[in-house]
Amino acid sequence: MATTTQDSSMDATQAALLAKVQPAELQEQPLVTNNRDFNWVTDKICRIVETKTPTWWWICMAVALMTASFTGLGLLWLVSSGVGVWGLANPINWGWAIVNFVFWIGIGHAGTLISAVLCLLKQGWRTSINRAAEAMTIFAVVCAGIFPLFHVGRVWFGWWLFPIPNSNGIWPQFRSPLEWDVFAVSTYGTVSVLFWYMGMIPDLSVLRDRAVQRLKKNAYEGAGALAKGMDIFRKNFYAIFAMGWRNAGNHWRNYEMAYLILAGISTPLVLSVHTIVSFDFALAVLPGWHTTIFPPYFVAGAIFSGFGMVLTLMLPLRALYGMHDLITQRHIDNMCKICLGTGSIVGYAYIMEFFIAWYGANPYESFAFINRAFGQYWWAYVMMFSCNVFTPQLFWFKKVRENWALVWVMSIFINVGMWFERFVITVTSLANDFLPSSWGYYSPTMVDILTFFGTFGLFSVLFLLFLRFLPLMPIAEVKFVMPAADPHGHHGDAKGDHH
Amino acid sequence: MSESYGIIASFPDTPAFFHAAEKVRDAGYKKWDTYSSFPVHGMPAAQGQPRSKVPVFTFCGGVSGFTLGMTIVWFMNAFNYPLIVGGQPFFSPVFPFPIMYELTILLSAFGTLGGMFITNLLPQHYNPLFNSDKFLEVSGDRLVIAIEARDGQYDPVATRRFLEEIGGTDIEEVSA
Repeated sequence: MATTTQDSSMDATQAALLAKVQPAELQEQPLVTNNRDFNWVTDKICRIVETKTPTWWWICMAVALMTASFTGLGLLWLVSSGVGVWGLANPINWGWAIVNFVFWIGIGHAGTLISAVLCLLKQGWRTSINRAAEAMTIFAVVCAGIFPLFHVGRVWFGWWLFPIPNSNGIWPQFRSPLEWDVFAVSTYGTVSVLFWYMGMIPDLSVLRDRAVQRLKKNAYEGAGALAKGMDIFRKNFYAIFAMGWRNAGNHWRNYEMAYLILAGISTPLVLSVHTIVSFDFALAVLPGWHTTIFPPYFVAGAIFSGFGMVLTLMLPLRALYGMHDLITQRHIDNMCKICLGTGSIVGYAYIMEFFIAWYGANPYESFAFINRAFGQYWWAYVMMFSCNVFTPQLFWFKKVRENWALVWVMSIFINVGMWFERFVITVTSLANDFLPSSWGYYSPTMVDILTFFGTFGLFSVLFLLFLRFLPLMPIAEVKFVMPAADPHGHHGDAKGDHH
Repeated sequence: MSESYGIIASFPDTPAFFHAAEKVRDAGYKKWDTYSSFPVHGMPAAQGQPRSKVPVFTFCGGVSGFTLGMTIVWFMNAFNYPLIVGGQPFFSPVFPFPIMYELTILLSAFGTLGGMFITNLLPQHYNPLFNSDKFLEVSGDRLVIAIEARDGQYDPVATRRFLEEIGGTDIEEVSA
């Protein structure tokens, strides 16, 4: 009897406590805000490619094309004169070419990371940014490929890198990390294209079906002839690439399995690619390059710069297309946090390199690192350190993450910092190696500068074309993370704000 | 009227669509499918479909890639044009491992994409369902179940009634 009294008094206390604290189920921030429904999502994304080209697009395209022509000019100059027009000279035989190559490959990494690694980790927030990030990957690999290809000097012999017999009966040398790089980067580029394309098939079918619907419904009288022509073009263009996709349950079953497998095999791929890129340095015997920390350090740096670039691209797009319900503060927060995490890893690597240079008791190694920070390239080291280590630390603060303009500026700092990181690694080790009698100072020429800045134009041209012709976001995947897609019902509003 | 392809029915929301699929499965229909613009979690089980065969293609691609990587390195650097570099052996599975690794991934990816196409019987640019206006709305928010006329159990009247009973609306017969 006493026990019962105690129980009932416990229940009463518990009830009183619960009434006081009013416990609520922990709600995650929604991935699509403002109670949007499926049709809204479809419409919002499809209308980007279906409506008239905005004026800003034409302006950006003109600027991008002009900038891209710098690369064309630089390469023409190089091919017609020889690699002597670059700033390379003994002992710095690897200058901006490798710096730019590693920089662009790194930029691409966030695309695969968002698509593959976050898919495996079941991170729903990846959905509204993964398509653009994947596009970024592919275009970045295109820009990256230019530099080693032209660095070989006689670019018309570039095909000697591929495992096909050449006229001299010479085969590629598979003991060389540079040859591994050829395989790694070309595999990375190809798999990224396959992944990007496969993810797009359902969305291409949506664009096809919408064009067919318009052709059936609209009369297209008078001035509508052009609109009709465009719809016929869209219907055929998207139909060819949609491959007859019908959104069948059977299609989705095989598609989801294939997507999961592609994510599974792309995850080790993305890690291996920058590891192998780092081998270009780490397998040399040069102080400052020959370190085992390079693979993880390069991978972290690549993800860091890649996310920096995703932020640089997505924040203006979000504003221009009014995508605030799809790319929410939660998305920006998460990307900033990844930048913070990877930026801190990079900072740790910088410090650890110094520690090991001292701890390893190798005088050449110690000199290389002291020279990096305090030698003739101290200014590059300061740029690198401040942009990569100090800048992302601001992302600890919610106020900073919520200030989109500031986040955008910081994302550009990250990219600048990461370019300088590659510059510092490449140039400082080469400029001051074992023999002081052979030391030198590297300065880029106008051809180097034109070629590099032009690649930003090339990248922008490709990205603008992507915006205009292909779905910016994976419509199916965005719908999948909405509560209304849950087959077991969901709490709250039918169109769902809660997730 | 031309020959019938089958009957399509729409469902108001994802739970109703999901449970309807379970009922069609339990009713014993074989030639039917669900259509939605997004993958529905757990739908293969609700439709009674087995596990996808795509991994088989991936595996074949991966094995081919690995073998190809081994073979080219051995053939080029140890057999056809042996060259001593840094005292390393002519052939070893260790030094050219990145080549095999990358080729395994490359051919696995092609196998996966190809497998997805093969198992889905794509490309298939024509299907009678595309003629239905209601079916075209699947790309928006319509959720559709289609039972094909070639199913052994198909009967224009009984199947239509069955789809109505399980909550289907906008029921339409699609001609082949």
